[in-house]
Amino acid sequence: MDFFVVQILTGLANAAALFLVASGLSIIFGVTRVVNFSHGSFYMLGAYIAYSLMTVLPGFIGFWASILLTGVAVGLIGLIVELGVLRPIYKSPELFQLVATFGVILVIQDLTLLIWGPDDLIGKRSPGFEGVVKIGDQLLPAYDLVLIFLSFLVLGGLWYLFNKTRAGILVRAATQDREMVGALGVNQSWLFSGVFFLGSALAGIGGAAQLPKGGADLLMDFNILAPVFVVVVIGGMGSIPGAFVAALIISELNVFGVQLLPQSTLVLMFVVMAVVLIFRPWGLFGRPEIVGSHGSQGPPEAPLRAFSGRLWLVLAACALALAVVPLFGGNFLQVLLADVIIACLFATSLHFILGLGGLVSFGHAATFGGGAYAAALMVQYAETPMELALLLAPLAAGLLALVIGWFCVRLSGVYFAMLTLAFAQVVWSIAFQWSEVTGGDDGILGIWPSAWASSTTAYYYLVLALGIGGITTLLFMAYTPFGYALRGSRDSALRSEAIGINVRLVQWSAFIFAGMMSGLSGALFVFAKGSIFPTELEIARSFDALIIVFLGGVQSLFGPLAGGVVFTLLQDWLSRFEYWRLCLGLMIIAIVILLPNGLVGVGHWVRGRFGRNADPLSDAEEEAA
Amino acid sequence: MSFLEVRNLSKSFGGVKAVNEVSLDLNEGELLALIGPNGAGKTTCFNMLYGQLPPDRGSVKLNGQELIGQTPRRIWRMGVGRTFQITATYASMTVMENVQMALISHHRGVFSVWPPASRRHRDEALALLELVGMENQAGRAASVLAYGDLKRLELAIALAHNPRLLLMDEPTAGMAPKERVGLMQLTADIVKDRKIGVLFTEHDMDVVFAHAHRVLVLNRGEILAEGTVDEVRADPKVQEVYLGGGSTFGGAEGESAEGDLADA
Amino acid sequence: MYRKVIGLTAAVAMAANVMGMGTAAVAADTIKIGDINSYKRLPGHTIPYKNGAVLAIETINASGGVLGKQLELVSRDDQGKPGEAIKIAEELFTSDEVAMISGSLFSHVGLALASYAGQKKRLYLAAEPLADALVWGKGNRYTFRLRPSTYMQAAMLAEIAAKNPAKRWATIAPNYAYGKDAVAAFKKVLMEKRPDVEFVTEQWPGLFKIDAGAEVQAIEAAKPDAVYNVTFGGDLAKFVREGALRGLFKDRLIMGLLTGEPEYLDPLKDEAPEGWVVTGYPWYDIEDSAHKSFVEAYEKRWEDYPRIGSLVGYNTMLSIAAAIKKAGSTDTEALVDAMKGLSLDTPSGSVTYRAIDHQSTMGAWVGTTTVKDGKGMMVDWAYKEGANYLPSDAEVKKLRPATD
Repeated sequence: MDFFVVQILTGLANAAALFLVASGLSIIFGVTRVVNFSHGSFYMLGAYIAYSLMTVLPGFIGFWASILLTGVAVGLIGLIVELGVLRPIYKSPELFQLVATFGVILVIQDLTLLIWGPDDLIGKRSPGFEGVVKIGDQLLPAYDLVLIFLSFLVLGGLWYLFNKTRAGILVRAATQDREMVGALGVNQSWLFSGVFFLGSALAGIGGAAQLPKGGADLLMDFNILAPVFVVVVIGGMGSIPGAFVAALIISELNVFGVQLLPQSTLVLMFVVMAVVLIFRPWGLFGRPEIVGSHGSQGPPEAPLRAFSGRLWLVLAACALALAVVPLFGGNFLQVLLADVIIACLFATSLHFILGLGGLVSFGHAATFGGGAYAAALMVQYAETPMELALLLAPLAAGLLALVIGWFCVRLSGVYFAMLTLAFAQVVWSIAFQWSEVTGGDDGILGIWPSAWASSTTAYYYLVLALGIGGITTLLFMAYTPFGYALRGSRDSALRSEAIGINVRLVQWSAFIFAGMMSGLSGALFVFAKGSIFPTELEIARSFDALIIVFLGGVQSLFGPLAGGVVFTLLQDWLSRFEYWRLCLGLMIIAIVILLPNGLVGVGHWVRGRFGRNADPLSDAEEEAA
Repeated sequence: MSFLEVRNLSKSFGGVKAVNEVSLDLNEGELLALIGPNGAGKTTCFNMLYGQLPPDRGSVKLNGQELIGQTPRRIWRMGVGRTFQITATYASMTVMENVQMALISHHRGVFSVWPPASRRHRDEALALLELVGMENQAGRAASVLAYGDLKRLELAIALAHNPRLLLMDEPTAGMAPKERVGLMQLTADIVKDRKIGVLFTEHDMDVVFAHAHRVLVLNRGEILAEGTVDEVRADPKVQEVYLGGGSTFGGAEGESAEGDLADA
Repeated sequence: MYRKVIGLTAAVAMAANVMGMGTAAVAADTIKIGDINSYKRLPGHTIPYKNGAVLAIETINASGGVLGKQLELVSRDDQGKPGEAIKIAEELFTSDEVAMISGSLFSHVGLALASYAGQKKRLYLAAEPLADALVWGKGNRYTFRLRPSTYMQAAMLAEIAAKNPAKRWATIAPNYAYGKDAVAAFKKVLMEKRPDVEFVTEQWPGLFKIDAGAEVQAIEAAKPDAVYNVTFGGDLAKFVREGALRGLFKDRLIMGLLTGEPEYLDPLKDEAPEGWVVTGYPWYDIEDSAHKSFVEAYEKRWEDYPRIGSLVGYNTMLSIAAAIKKAGSTDTEALVDAMKGLSLDTPSGSVTYRAIDHQSTMGAWVGTTTVKDGKGMMVDWAYKEGANYLPSDAEVKKLRPATD
């Protein structure tokens, strides 16, 4: 009995930091609709800043003063990010902001390393609460009780803020209807800034408050990100009580999972999230999301233009240029370009569902890794020749997408994104955990091309042929009735259903098709690298594709190509420098701010500048805007 | 025998009878207006007819075929077209492509890959656009159209599969008064030519009285009156509901904000 | 706006050059060695490694280099991604024309590079990855490893565990390949020597995602006599703190794999566990003169004390220099033949790369932890020769399918 009480209290204590961070994220998302990937970075900064403050401020008062001051400091940093990075791009297409926040992650990572150094820091114990409390014959750290108290304090404080103060009521109103708040005469930009300050401060306090139980290290930002998003989604985006309940559920499940099923801890929370989303698509306390009700839709997309003769010429010239690279370029250039082509195919497949279908997937790595693993497993266990594996891998990835898509296309918006993320994590954990078959994180090794394709140049041509083939197929599909139906379903599902188009079937088919192409890119990847590891199924892999698509430009078919080339080459070039993440982060932020429609915006801009006849279509668009 | 027979259609929301025992008949080539004050149950009626909302009770028969229990897609295939109170069109496509999509779906070509969408059923699409007077704007993006033009585009889309029945929810909502009459005149002409039955809701009484062949007045979910324009106009019960009477009948604009807001 | 973009690009590029390492100018008389490591993913480990490697290179070059040429280290960050590491390896070999590559901390990156080396017939000296498969199950002619593997270090601890009366054992290890290997090896060796022991619970927290309070409770509930710990880094800190608070370590034998390495012990400061039996690196106490002068040189060069990574980095470069000297050229096949059975003296004693499985015989220090002057230290330690903790040749042959 005592044991259970202590376990439950342990879970409550764990829930505290999680709740603090998640409530901040939830508020920010609820009001601004910004999916703030950098929220984990604020949590990390909170830990580091509080660590430094605690070394200066001694004693009981110093400890708590440090936590409060950390909240203010991190809140201010969040405010700077909001003012400097996000405000210029609120009018961009929905979710575009996540690219900018990704840039912020990179910048904060390197700055933290620069300021605090590489070594892990162990947090100071909380003065006055160093000891343990005896519960029956069980011991519980006294600070656990403090954390539990703190979480209820914050919950109460937020409740008061959002129910009893004018500012708070406005914020709550804004989570439901932003336009209405604007109509009430409230300055929306101040509201956003205030919310960002509050959300970031909560993340900072979360990072600071967990110090006595842990410390500060450079991996904290990514490590907290997944659980926090899970909590926010399970609770319902924008709901504080939801975040509290979800943090509790996740923490308690973990505590008892450790006890009963020690291997389960990796995947447990994602399974819970998937189950919740399948049965309650808007989380436990959330409300259905009305598409477009938050005004961050961006300008309408221009109709597709038929390929002009000039465009054909340019494309043919690019293909030809790539084909002659081996004649003068060295081995490395070919290897690098193969990586670029694979990245472009991967991103284009994401763009197919994201750009054309409006289905923002955060778990596209599932099919990339799925295809890669399918190919590797076939080679490993069935001695399948490379040619056959390259053919079958997309089918296997398509099958995976069929299963995942069946659940996911019922949802939309951020909830769709989160369910795809959950499934990707489940796939990841299978690859990771089922080591008898997949080799776990030691991966599957020795998956090299057939003899005829084993030279760098031969494999380069293979990648070129299949990669361009895949990309062309994806582009071609955009022009077919199927591609149009997909785009139509994004524009107006209501209209599609009213003219007899089965929206879910179209979206599901697109999801499967994109999965197949993504699987092809994964299969090309595995033979290029010779091995496959669960890292290719990680969230970071999904993010890569997202960044490329958004960076390149969501609204253009060629966005993912521009993004793939620029992002891959930039990363390759910058990684030669010591503080490359700082540079890359700053560059991403700069691109996002200067080219809010993505890199393809450069093309439009140049065209406008150099006096080509502006086409009537875009003029008309500007009028409408 | 009329080709659309609605019998005893009923729907309650949490004990409130939104629609109660509504029955109506509609003949080919007939324009039937469904009017009533805010919350009278017009949109609920529409949604049940179109399969978006299951009724508690009742039947809807189109040429003897039951519509209740069918999906909107199925009902569309059975020859029912619909326009929305707030227009729902594909913003990222041209006017022409919007119509082409309806034609592609009608010809069951959504999952085919060749030829490209923009090359399909061009003549048919153009003919439909001519019908509604939009042929000059065929190449423009739907996102830049004036609202009245969007309404006309919707009409063209709704006509693409040669429907027998058109359901038009507030066809003139949001339009300038002059345009309203024009659009309804257009609709009336097409309906006569093609022998389509039209059921429409409307809050502009000028439009109703100018074009409706028959009028059905709903109040609190029940049929209050039914008859020709003149009969309804003279009905004291109707005048009582619409305080003040005459052509200043109260508006029902925005009774239910159903529709794609992105187009607004 | 265009001007802005250009200006920004230039500024960033300039900043990058100022801060960065850039590519060193190509000198005619140099032998280049490629170095691939996760310098951003776990800098606390990889930076000491690089410092050790650079120190060795400078020392070797100061005494005239190898074969009359200077050595040059070309370092690159693999971002902790195996795919990235493969791309960089290709660039190092084909563009920078390095003689061989070395480095890596993560096992999966090491394994990917090993597979690459075997496929492309290029030499790779794995410095730090611990995975047993690297030289056994997935071993190949072109891959060698310096650091004592998971199996070797676990066997060192199991040997001591076998002498302890403790019968009921609990294990806690991060839920990934290294953790699993470390537990499996420990169990195997211990059970061979002590068939009477039982393992009452096995805990598998996610790597760097430990829920320490719950884990400690779960172990406590199983009432073990002894605990075998494989967690490290932030996980270890949390585990130690919760375990100490909740009394888990009281009157129990606790063993810690790698726990005594400065990388893991030092951040704990005065909270370092006392009385744990661990493998580690008591650099402050090693009296051997070669090691003493290594420490002196290191502290002088970097104004910091060495970690185990520093020693491994140093020994890696010494090994490469010795191999090149022995081969008399930088030809890959000659280098591979030279590496087989290569013996050299290092600050940690003599090391031999076994011809049978390409594993070096570098050992590890096993001792007991204590806290002195607010710092965790190892006392009563002994250096365990790696060669003594490897399976028999017959067994190795079974483990290693590669014939070469």
